[in-house]
Amino acid sequence: MLTFAIRRLALSVPTLLFISFAIFMLLQLAPGDPMSQVPLTVPPEVKEKMRQALGLGEPPLIQYWKWLVQMFWIEPQVLWDHMFGTSFAEGKLRVISWQTRSPVMDIVLQRIPQTLWVVGLSYVVGVLIALPIGIYSAYRQYSVFDQSGTFITMIGFSIPPFFTGPLLIVVFSVQLGWFPSIYDTTLVVDSWANFKIQLQQMIMPVMVLALQTTAQLSRYMRASMLDNLNQDYVRTARAKGLSEAVVVMVHVLRNSMIPVVTVIALGVPAIFGGAIITENVFKVNGIGQLLITALFANDLPMVMTLTFIFAFLIVMFNLIADILYGVLDPRIRYD
Amino acid sequence: MTNPTPAPIGALTDTIPGKPPRSKWVDVWHQFSKHKGALMGAGFLIFITLAVIFGSWIWSLDPQKLDIRNKDLRPIYTALWDSSAKVDIGHPLGTDNLGRDGLANLIAGGRASMAVGWAAMLLSLFIGTAVGVISGYFKKIDGPLMRLTDLFLSLPILPLLLVAVTLFRQPLRANFGPEGGMFILIVAVIGVTSWMPTARIVRGDVLALKEREFILAARSIGTTPFKIIQRHLLPNVLSPIMVSATLGLATAIITESALSFLGVGFPSDFPTWGKMLADAVPRMNDFPERVLLPGIMISLTVLGVNYLGDGLRDALDPRIRGR
Repeated sequence: MLTFAIRRLALSVPTLLFISFAIFMLLQLAPGDPMSQVPLTVPPEVKEKMRQALGLGEPPLIQYWKWLVQMFWIEPQVLWDHMFGTSFAEGKLRVISWQTRSPVMDIVLQRIPQTLWVVGLSYVVGVLIALPIGIYSAYRQYSVFDQSGTFITMIGFSIPPFFTGPLLIVVFSVQLGWFPSIYDTTLVVDSWANFKIQLQQMIMPVMVLALQTTAQLSRYMRASMLDNLNQDYVRTARAKGLSEAVVVMVHVLRNSMIPVVTVIALGVPAIFGGAIITENVFKVNGIGQLLITALFANDLPMVMTLTFIFAFLIVMFNLIADILYGVLDPRIRYD
Repeated sequence: MTNPTPAPIGALTDTIPGKPPRSKWVDVWHQFSKHKGALMGAGFLIFITLAVIFGSWIWSLDPQKLDIRNKDLRPIYTALWDSSAKVDIGHPLGTDNLGRDGLANLIAGGRASMAVGWAAMLLSLFIGTAVGVISGYFKKIDGPLMRLTDLFLSLPILPLLLVAVTLFRQPLRANFGPEGGMFILIVAVIGVTSWMPTARIVRGDVLALKEREFILAARSIGTTPFKIIQRHLLPNVLSPIMVSATLGLATAIITESALSFLGVGFPSDFPTWGKMLADAVPRMNDFPERVLLPGIMISLTVLGVNYLGDGLRDALDPRIRGR
């Protein structure tokens, strides 16, 4: 298992390098010019100097190498300095956003808490709703509960978040006036009243995202439970007189959770990508919204770094899912 | 003795088969037609496809025609509960803020969305099947192709779609016109980023089929690999391809709408369902139908396609069929 994990970890390095290279080369084709906003009165030689200052004068390969150095050598140093008060990164150039002229990673770190709160919580809520639904609809297959559960998950699959989002806003913030339609990230939760406001503004984005998660996961949970419920060991467990609750909730559930856990792990990076739309609808200034604004502002270092972070998350959670599968299921042997 | 001679065994007296053997597709249809949701989904998909293709001949108003005197009309059904609502029998689904007819726009938008969905689905099926069959059949390039598939699977799809669309919008528009260029671009990026599941499923099936005797027999009489693939492998992997086709259609429609919603889709005067939804969001308090109608159309179409896929999966699986 350890060798497998190490081998996969080693293999993920070239994968990530290749992905980052592909994204970088794609961005090189970008038609926009970061100097297009500079007034025409600025003489061309000054413009050329400004381009050099943005690191644009070099050939693409050198630019890519510099991005790699900044991302994997200087940024960890900055993090180290921040944690231990050393000064390794003093005076070294970090990845700079063209929009704000401040380091990209600083902005990303500012945005991550919002995304983690909204997206992470919605994922947890989704999982917590999906598992019981999946378990019960498998246990009572073709019952009314199962049929309606299937229908609801189908709807959850089919209604895109850019439709549920506005729909919820119309119903709950315009007609009923229960929740605010815009997520206020400046809110500091320091009192009971503020906590209530925070809860209110989080309910809608969390519900929109959780609907998607629930729809997917409960299907997986149901299918996995159905696979296991007909197995011989279940009959044995019942025959030796175990109570139905123990049979289902201990014996069957533990075996059924193996594939579901990996699906949960695989879904984590996808929810970051999917949150782009939801963050946009509810004006949550997380990293999804950051990516959109950076794209429209032609802020290539920001786009590059964010896309790479998404790719990194996907590769890492694929790895985690594979390892979890091996750890949870002793029948799986990778080596 | 009440029955001295036992009746002869039934099977031994048969000289010919009782019934002609049933073809596989009759069985598939039999199973499929038991699935109510799948039947309804297929019916709705056919209805919506016909409606967006032929609808503009029946409802012949020009979706682009500006009729500023009749702007902001409500759909006629709002008159049921709100007698002061501005309605007009000539515009059954109302008009938008520039007086363009709602129904005509819905039909035109549906045509664009469905066209993108079908084209992107076909493209991704084509790439996926080609990669799957080639890497399953030819052992030498299996490794590289599967690494490529893994690589594509670990790409962040939606961010990359956004990047690609914003980057290549200008050159393609210049070459193929604003609508044509955008169509090619969106179909291409969705197709190129969604073929991986199909490729994996097809490869797995081809790997198993390749070892069967009929392939060996075909090879031993000198059939070329291309002919084996065409005549023996492809018909046998048709069912997983059909199932992933339905999934692909659903994702392609949603992805196109999402791109339009984020403002990187088709140009602003070219209606698609996602675009209409996005444009209507700022004024949805006064005109909820402009968000609801395209949103419901997207959701119902995708729901229909998903149910169709569910039914197809059951019908095409020989282990489930006949039970």
